[in-house]
Amino acid sequence: MSAIELAVQGSGRKPAPARMTGAQALVECLKAEGVEYIFGIPGGAVLPLYDALYGSELRTVLCRHEQGAAHMADGYARATGRPGVVLATSGPGATNLVTGLATAYMDSIPLVAITGNVSRALIGRDAFQEADITGITLPITKHNFLVRSAKELPWAIKAAFHIATTGRPGPVLIDIPKDVGTEEFNFTYPETVDLPGYKPTYKGHIRQILEAARAIMNAKRPLLYVGGGAISSGAHQEVRALAEKCDLPVTMTLMGLGAFPGDHPQSLGMLGMHGTAYANYAVQNCDVLIAVGARFDDRVTGNLKTFAPKVEQIIHIDIDPAEIGKNVVAHVPIVGDCRAVLQVLLEKVKEKRHPEWWQQIDEWRREYPLQYRKVEGAIHPQAVCEAIYEVTNGEAIITTDVGQHQMWAAQYYKVKYPRHFISSGGLGTMGFGFPAGVGAKLARPDREVFVVSGDGSFQMNIQELATAADLNVGVKVVILNNLYLGMVRQWQEFFYGRRYADSYLGTPDFVTIAKGYGVKGILVTKPEEVKPALEEARAHDGPVVIDVRVEPEENCFPMVPAGGSNSEMLGPKGWME
Amino acid sequence: MQASNLREHTLSVLVENRPGVLSRVASLFSRRGFNIESIVVGTTEDRRYSRMTIVVIGDEAEVEQVSKQLHKVIDVIKVSELSAQEMVERELALIKVAADRSNRSEILQIVDIFRASVIDVSDRSLVIEVTGDTDKVKAMVDLLRPFGIKELVRTGRVAMTRGPRGVTAEPERQRGGLQAVSG
Repeated sequence: MSAIELAVQGSGRKPAPARMTGAQALVECLKAEGVEYIFGIPGGAVLPLYDALYGSELRTVLCRHEQGAAHMADGYARATGRPGVVLATSGPGATNLVTGLATAYMDSIPLVAITGNVSRALIGRDAFQEADITGITLPITKHNFLVRSAKELPWAIKAAFHIATTGRPGPVLIDIPKDVGTEEFNFTYPETVDLPGYKPTYKGHIRQILEAARAIMNAKRPLLYVGGGAISSGAHQEVRALAEKCDLPVTMTLMGLGAFPGDHPQSLGMLGMHGTAYANYAVQNCDVLIAVGARFDDRVTGNLKTFAPKVEQIIHIDIDPAEIGKNVVAHVPIVGDCRAVLQVLLEKVKEKRHPEWWQQIDEWRREYPLQYRKVEGAIHPQAVCEAIYEVTNGEAIITTDVGQHQMWAAQYYKVKYPRHFISSGGLGTMGFGFPAGVGAKLARPDREVFVVSGDGSFQMNIQELATAADLNVGVKVVILNNLYLGMVRQWQEFFYGRRYADSYLGTPDFVTIAKGYGVKGILVTKPEEVKPALEEARAHDGPVVIDVRVEPEENCFPMVPAGGSNSEMLGPKGWME
Repeated sequence: MQASNLREHTLSVLVENRPGVLSRVASLFSRRGFNIESIVVGTTEDRRYSRMTIVVIGDEAEVEQVSKQLHKVIDVIKVSELSAQEMVERELALIKVAADRSNRSEILQIVDIFRASVIDVSDRSLVIEVTGDTDKVKAMVDLLRPFGIKELVRTGRVAMTRGPRGVTAEPERQRGGLQAVSG
């Protein structure tokens, strides 16, 4: 029997310690956690770790930039709900993770980042490739560890996975000095860790749930406002059941898309700055607002003083007590896991119908539909998003970058399932979409994955084309190429007197770039070419980049100007009623 | 935010005795834009834990948010706000005062009145140690100021609840009577 088998958790019998190095122990820990992929790049300080991984059954994905690796792990996590694992070397390798960690932290994504550091004796001496990565990542991780000896390592790994995946999920970083990787010790993997300061609350308080049920029963104009927490807790079925039982209109945040089917008649789509007009009107007119795993972000609420002015009761369900009361006062605060709380709440509410409220909402839907001005011969980016929906029948996983294309994808691709819309919501990280798409496709080879990107965003992690080509990961990248940093240009048009300071990019030849990486590229310049190109990409075995030359100065509507009230929206025909 | 709602709040925070805990807590305050009036860290009856006594100024909502955010720090075990009626608090100050033969006895009278003590004497200075609540320390400092304060060092406030109950790691229900303080 190998030392490794001895260390695996047995059925009740205490595993015998096995002599091994810290690096070998790390491999055993990751196997015990069921890790499938490790995204990363080797370097000096992680040579012992990579050496132990070499030949192990764990699959490493060689990325071309650590930021790309972090986003891939993130995409993997968002597509599955399982923690993504990223590995980087000390110094610049570690600091390159920063944006990826901050992205995951803002969106509450379970990530375990492992960094090498210089040997213990060199720490604090400004050694070559030394960075205080635990200090640097303090405010952008849920927790982090500097492992000071090999015998601390198994505990730290166990704790990291536990913290990353439970409660409100988030990224955890483990910094391992090089000589901890080579230090020999007696390895056992703990079955549990006891963290006295970390006891997330899962069960909601029954009195509060009853209070919520009463409010929902008494509501005349209720609205269900669903965020990413509903997806991370796996509450999509409960959300749907509650909405259908009580006839609730449902609006979702960007992070919440897919928590309720976008093609369901009760879906109002996304709310907020670029939400649908009818969702925003519903918010401004509702009397009971039921927030499920959402945090009243400024992009959702607009001006807080004028947010939901007619609301009598806000029910706020969230696993993080610090979110409750942070931005708005909740009349019925419920701390707990969204799914667990909704399960109880469902039993406490009765069937109810709101014909008058729906009549009003349907009127808004008729009067203010999602729409865009159509110009003959031009490719409208919104139409491309609609086309992706049509050719995939809405079954694909969509990842996006950040900007106009992200909002169009959110508006025009009616996400049907949870974990099928992957986007950097909180941090708004350009360069996220493509690597996240690679991670999502590796996680879900059974699903089609389309990356909706922009010409600006795609170039922020374009080097990962090499990674996609290496592994022949079948992600289909659709660049809505408008030659601009489109959202920046839109703001400059509206709020800076059309002074387009540095928002014009021009464009490189993306097809040639793709070819250079060994990836298929397709250029689309006419509206009638859009669908055939999408079909060609779908049929191709492997990654594809489609460069779609869209209308350069298309704007994203509706739009609530930053800090404005949700009922004051700009539409394609000017200010809405 | 109404300025009138602003007041001092004393938080007793029990944390794991691990490297980096102080920076985690301090970084939280700066990151969230909360102001620390004073912060004192020391070991407790149980060497696995340290205790921080943090005085913050804010309104109720702000302090509630501070407490909740502190709670999210993994190494933070317990956060309790101590109300003014239910706690005792003290701080210690060392005051170096310019003193020569002409005024030394006058200063010593003040020291006497405040039940402070002189812990160093030279021909041109005295070092005075005073313990008490913030008002007392302030009053003493004000009285000594005319003589010329050369240096002032204050510890910041430490606080503890009155009565048998304490802020400890054990869950409420298991805790009873004096066990809490005996550790």
